[in-house]
Amino acid sequence: MKLGAWLCTAAVLALAACTPGSDNRPAQQPAGDVKTDVAAMGQVTLTIWDQETRGGQQAQISALNDQFQRKYPNVRINRVARSFDDLRSTIKLGLTGNDAPDIAQVNNGKQDMGAFVKAGLLRPLDAYASAYQWTQRFPESVRKLGSYPDTGDALGEGRLYGLPQTGELVGIYYNKPKLTALGLQPPKTWAEFDAALAKAKSAGQLPIQVGNLEKSAGPYLFSLAMHRFGNADEESKLATGRAGVNWPTDANRAAARQVVEWADKGYLTPGFAGLKGDDAVSKFSTGDGVFHVDGTWITPTVKEPMKDDVGFLLPPEKDGKVTVTGGTGLPWAISSKSKNPDAAAAYIDFITSPDAMKTVATAGNLPVLDADKQAASGVERDVLDAWNKAANSPGLVPYLDYATPNAYEVVTGSVEQLLSKQLDVEGFLGKLQADLDSSRGGR
Amino acid sequence: MVAELSAGRASADRVSPQRSGGVGEPRRVGYLYVLPALAVYVLFLLFPLLHSGWLSLFDWDGLSVGTFTGLDNYRRLFAEEGAAAAFGHVGVLILFFAVLPVVIGLVLATAMYRVKVRGLPFFRTALFLPQVVAMVVVAVAWQRIFAPDGVLNQVLGTPGRAWLGDSGTALLAVGIVGTWVQTGLAMVLFLGGIGKIPAELFDAARLDGAGPAGEFRAVILPALRGEIGVALTLTVIAALRTFDLVYMMTPLGGPGGSTTVPAYEIYQRAFHSGQVGSAAAIGVAITLLAFAVTYLITWIAGRERT
Repeated sequence: MKLGAWLCTAAVLALAACTPGSDNRPAQQPAGDVKTDVAAMGQVTLTIWDQETRGGQQAQISALNDQFQRKYPNVRINRVARSFDDLRSTIKLGLTGNDAPDIAQVNNGKQDMGAFVKAGLLRPLDAYASAYQWTQRFPESVRKLGSYPDTGDALGEGRLYGLPQTGELVGIYYNKPKLTALGLQPPKTWAEFDAALAKAKSAGQLPIQVGNLEKSAGPYLFSLAMHRFGNADEESKLATGRAGVNWPTDANRAAARQVVEWADKGYLTPGFAGLKGDDAVSKFSTGDGVFHVDGTWITPTVKEPMKDDVGFLLPPEKDGKVTVTGGTGLPWAISSKSKNPDAAAAYIDFITSPDAMKTVATAGNLPVLDADKQAASGVERDVLDAWNKAANSPGLVPYLDYATPNAYEVVTGSVEQLLSKQLDVEGFLGKLQADLDSSRGGR
Repeated sequence: MVAELSAGRASADRVSPQRSGGVGEPRRVGYLYVLPALAVYVLFLLFPLLHSGWLSLFDWDGLSVGTFTGLDNYRRLFAEEGAAAAFGHVGVLILFFAVLPVVIGLVLATAMYRVKVRGLPFFRTALFLPQVVAMVVVAVAWQRIFAPDGVLNQVLGTPGRAWLGDSGTALLAVGIVGTWVQTGLAMVLFLGGIGKIPAELFDAARLDGAGPAGEFRAVILPALRGEIGVALTLTVIAALRTFDLVYMMTPLGGPGGSTTVPAYEIYQRAFHSGQVGSAAAIGVAITLLAFAVTYLITWIAGRERT
């Protein structure tokens, strides 16, 4: 008993001595200090945490890692591969730990990259950006999705912290034979889209295949409706939580009503609230549903069974301008604790080079750069062309969950409740606004 | 010989003064024996527990320097909607994870003992099987059963009903799976307990004219008091710390947040929304609750036996 009590006291004393967390913001590196000659860096081991675990991703990153190590035999890559969810859950501990990875893929959102920048866990890349001319290589729209100010609260401003390899779009997949059987062309306008949904329904087909059990599909539908009634600039500001924009607007009311209308008219899968997203994808790819709204990462999954029977569309244009939800794959960032930041930057430069983009595309992924130069056919061609058009236009709107630290839970939960009629349109927009307000007031 | 005997006696005399200090009195050397276990316990259980308690006194995002806020995190737990709802849901789950399985387990065990069913080992194994299967597998299997195009809707003739996507039925659906998992455990515990009851007790009850109900009340129930206590303790703790089943079957807290549980809130706050202090506070609260409930159950179960 005495010993136990003594140990308890010791433990409490040890605890009391430390306040959790630390302040470890790195000094900004002067541009002149950057070394780009990897061969002269001596023996270097780079520990890299990535989430390139799916088929095409795994193929491209293994190939690029091999090429990099062959080109620079003095560099050894220690790759730690985790799925997206696993990486997101463990990277915080990884970056704060004593043997932090040199390079990690960090989610763009405020609760991830924003929080890490605020805590000084990531190294600003501006010096490297000028040394490697990343500013010329990457368009501003892409660089913005990896930039934060020191406060970590406004995505798209401040310094560059990460660069992506791939692009992502949320668009409309469609079943070609079904559309032809209905006597329709792929819809180019919203009126044609409405007509296609109505015609599919009356012909006994399921118009939109959707499964929202994980709540991720709901916001895709809502974003699509926002593109119909809103404008890209306003939507981008809302998505990143800028000052001066708010949720309760006429455009957003119309968008919310639109989503509810799709549900009420029976255009969505019966019981979509209890259907898993993956199950919806597999149902669509086996011929259940005319349209399916999803991200371009499902292209390999639907192409395999459907071959040339599937196509990909951007949301219909409004006033001749395209607006589409999308972004980049997870940016690659350098830990501020890395002992070899120069070698790490050389690696990021290597995996985002024009040659690397070819490797990325060959493995069936959507490269963030040079999409128009890649050879592909069928739905992959559709996706590459759509990305090329969207990435070079001001109409690429970020995901809605970048705005606040809780945005993902709030947005997905609110859309789910809007669709299940637990929230009306005003209540829905009010809930989104409340999250925005608490985030603005809170920090 | 004599010398040997006297030497023996002498050594016995030398031993006895030590013993006379009191038989069974703890000696310091005892601590040495428990030291390895104690060290492991302190390092991996006591220290993390105290550390969590310490963290719960801070407003900390897990990254930057935390600020000491005293008991603020605990005060907020009572005030805010999210945590209160999570503890409410776990109350409902205790009914499904603990109370129902114990009741059903008692009925099943009694029935299996009285009616000598053919292939008893088979039924016993089948009912215990859910305990052996990993929770993740259980969750995925039941997700398919509850799916809009799943077996349940086919049987009930309600195609397209989203049991897991409806805030009115999601918690119920998870609860039913919990009952299915825990009943086997309770039943096996009770079967073992009934087997230990001396046959004379049953004979005596029957001689006194007790029917099946009377026999259950007068013989089985009192004899199983200990087993019921164990079953309740295990299942209530399983309910309090449930995470995998809920997280897998109804992602992100379920429809309208209707299936959030404390363990989910801890995960969400600590790993995603950057509220480590608040997460630790929930953790401490659920630990204290588990201690209190366990103490209560053992106290009730042990009380009337003496």
